[in-house]
Amino acid sequence: MELEAAKMIGAGIAALALGGAGIGLGTLFGSYMEGAFRNPEAQSKLKVNPMLAFALIEATGLFGFVIAMIILFG
Amino acid sequence: MADAHSPLAQFEIKTLMPLDLGGVDASFTNASLIMAVVVGLVTIFIVAGMNKATIVPGRFQGMVEFFYEFIANLLKENTGPKGKAFFPMVFSLFMFILGCNLIGLFGAITVTSHIVVTFALAFMVITVVTVVGFVKHGTHYFSYFAPAGAPMWLMPLMIPLEIISYLIRPISLSVRLFANMVAGHVMLGVLGTFVVGLGGLFFALGAIPLAAIPLIFALEVLVALLQAYVFAILTCIYLNDAIHLAH
Repeated sequence: MELEAAKMIGAGIAALALGGAGIGLGTLFGSYMEGAFRNPEAQSKLKVNPMLAFALIEATGLFGFVIAMIILFG
Repeated sequence: MADAHSPLAQFEIKTLMPLDLGGVDASFTNASLIMAVVVGLVTIFIVAGMNKATIVPGRFQGMVEFFYEFIANLLKENTGPKGKAFFPMVFSLFMFILGCNLIGLFGAITVTSHIVVTFALAFMVITVVTVVGFVKHGTHYFSYFAPAGAPMWLMPLMIPLEIISYLIRPISLSVRLFANMVAGHVMLGVLGTFVVGLGGLFFALGAIPLAAIPLIFALEVLVALLQAYVFAILTCIYLNDAIHLAH
């Protein structure tokens, strides 16, 4: 296989990491919604933590993006 | 990599004033310029806001005090009263990263999308944390790597893992900020080329990606705020680990 083609395939596979981030974000916001609907009074208190978790979860997916960048341009 | 139409061209560093310090390239670049501008803007914001400070804050002073109290509360909740000494560091870090992230969204080069900048910041944080740990606890700080309560036979596994997780901190801290910034700006760049490409193909088609750009931009503003917050909160958590040795 050509090296260039192999690099492209590798970068594409590295992008799969975003799938894990998607699952994580789905679980996070799903749980947040569940908690917020069960206890609507606590909703305003629960707003900050999901945002922090959102940033942390998204970052793990973006590590895959960095690997794709290293494969393509490194 | 950096031809004019590439979505990565926006990250290109241009030398403004060449400077060579004994073989080390220390030129004044557009990134240095933006960093100086950010430091200047943050300083002006705080100094001008607190210039005629009153007990009941006005609008401008209220903005400055909002940021101050935000970081002060963050530090108090995560590090406890002993963390108060580190307020200037965490506050400057937060304001600098926030300024760089936001100014990058409005046309300037995004300084925090260069790993050399974010890694320097993260490395500074971890150095401070390690020095604080050793100053407070002496060689006892090494017990950080051997969690209390874990059974003895697990130690050969736990200690290497704890050491790796400690050493990986500057990397994860810097790559998190860097990757978020790069990914957002590349996404905006790619959408921009979609507008031009599809609009050239058929005029109305270009409107679809054009409509997506404000939404992505709003997301990027959120990410810029969140990543500065996450950097600050993780700094607080690492400081807490070093100050209050759990075992």
